[in-house]
Amino acid sequence: MQLDAADLAALIGLCRAEIDRHGEHLSALDSAIGDGDHGANMRRGLEAVFAERDAIAALPLPAALERIGLVLVMNIGGAAGPLYGTLLMELGRGLGSAATPDEFAATLEHAIAAVARRGRSGPGDKTLLDVLYPVQAEVVRRSAPGRIAACARSAAHSTGAMQARRGRASFLGPRSIGHEDPGASSCALLTAAICGYLEEHRPS
Amino acid sequence: MNARAAQPAASSSANVGIVIVSHSPLVAKGAADMVRQMVGDCVPLAWTGGNAEGGLGTHVAGISAAIEAAWSEAGVAVFVDLGGAETNSEMAVERLGPARAARVAICNAPLVEGAVVAAAEASGGSSLAKVVATAEELSP
Repeated sequence: MQLDAADLAALIGLCRAEIDRHGEHLSALDSAIGDGDHGANMRRGLEAVFAERDAIAALPLPAALERIGLVLVMNIGGAAGPLYGTLLMELGRGLGSAATPDEFAATLEHAIAAVARRGRSGPGDKTLLDVLYPVQAEVVRRSAPGRIAACARSAAHSTGAMQARRGRASFLGPRSIGHEDPGASSCALLTAAICGYLEEHRPS
Repeated sequence: MNARAAQPAASSSANVGIVIVSHSPLVAKGAADMVRQMVGDCVPLAWTGGNAEGGLGTHVAGISAAIEAAWSEAGVAVFVDLGGAETNSEMAVERLGPARAARVAICNAPLVEGAVVAAAEASGGSSLAKVVATAEELSP
C-alpha cells in the first residue's frame, strides 16, 4: 500500500467524481427509506475534500486519511458524516507509515469496529457496515482489487433484502425491505472507484 | 446562522449548561424558547439546528459552537432529536478533548421535555449527573 501524493490526489478526484455522478441516485435511494439528502451530503463532503486535495496529498498517508476523515465529518453531516469520518480517522490513526498488507487489514478491521460502535450497529442492520464487513474479509484474503470491488457492489445490492434496524429507515420497519441502503450504496461506489484505480495502477 | 447562544451566559456559569440539537432550526429555537420561559436567564443555553447549508440536518461545527456558547465549568447537558443529531453530537464532544468531554453528557431523553426539565433542575445548582438523571427519568 505505498501510495504517493499523485496517487492520493488522483484517488480523491476519482471518489469525488464517482459521488458526483451518482448523487441523484443516492438521494433517490435515501428518499425511499430516509430523508433524501444522502447524495447532497456526500457531494458536499467530497467537494470539501477535493478542495483540499493538494494539501492532503502532500501529507504522509496516515495523516492524509485522518485529515480526510475530519473534513468528511465537518462537511457531510447527517448520519453518514460521523460514520465515514470515523472510518477514515481511525484508519489514519492506526496505520503506520509503511504498513504491510496484514497491518492494513488489521487496521481496517479496527476502523470498521469503530464505525460499528459509533453507529451502534452490526451486520445485517442495513447500513454501510454490510459493505464494509465483506470488503474487510476480501482484504484479509488479499483478493485482487477487481474482486473486492465486485464484492462491494454485490454486498450493497444485498442490503435491499434487509430490514433496517438503525437510522431513519428503521422507523419504516418491514417497509424498508426492497430498497438498497443509500449508505451501503455510496460505500460500494467509493470502494469500487478506489479498487479500480489500484487495479489499473498497481498490478500485482 | 443556525446556531446561537440563547442569551449571554456570563453571570450563570456556576449552573450546568443546556444545549439543544435538532435537525430543524425551528424546533431547536422553539425548544430553547420554552426553556428560557421556564428558567429565565440563570442557566447557560444554546441551540443549533439544520445542516451547514441551512437545510434540515445536523452538523458537527454547529454543535461544537453551541456547546462552546453554553459552556459551564459545571458541565453541559446536550439534548438531541434523531440519530444523526446524536452521532454528530458525539463527534463534537470528542473534539473537545478528554478533559472537557468528560463534562458533557448527551442525554437519552425527549428533546423538548428533557431540555425543560433539565434546565429547571440545573437552575437550582444541581450537578451534571443530577441534571442528566432527572431528564432521563422521562425516557422509558
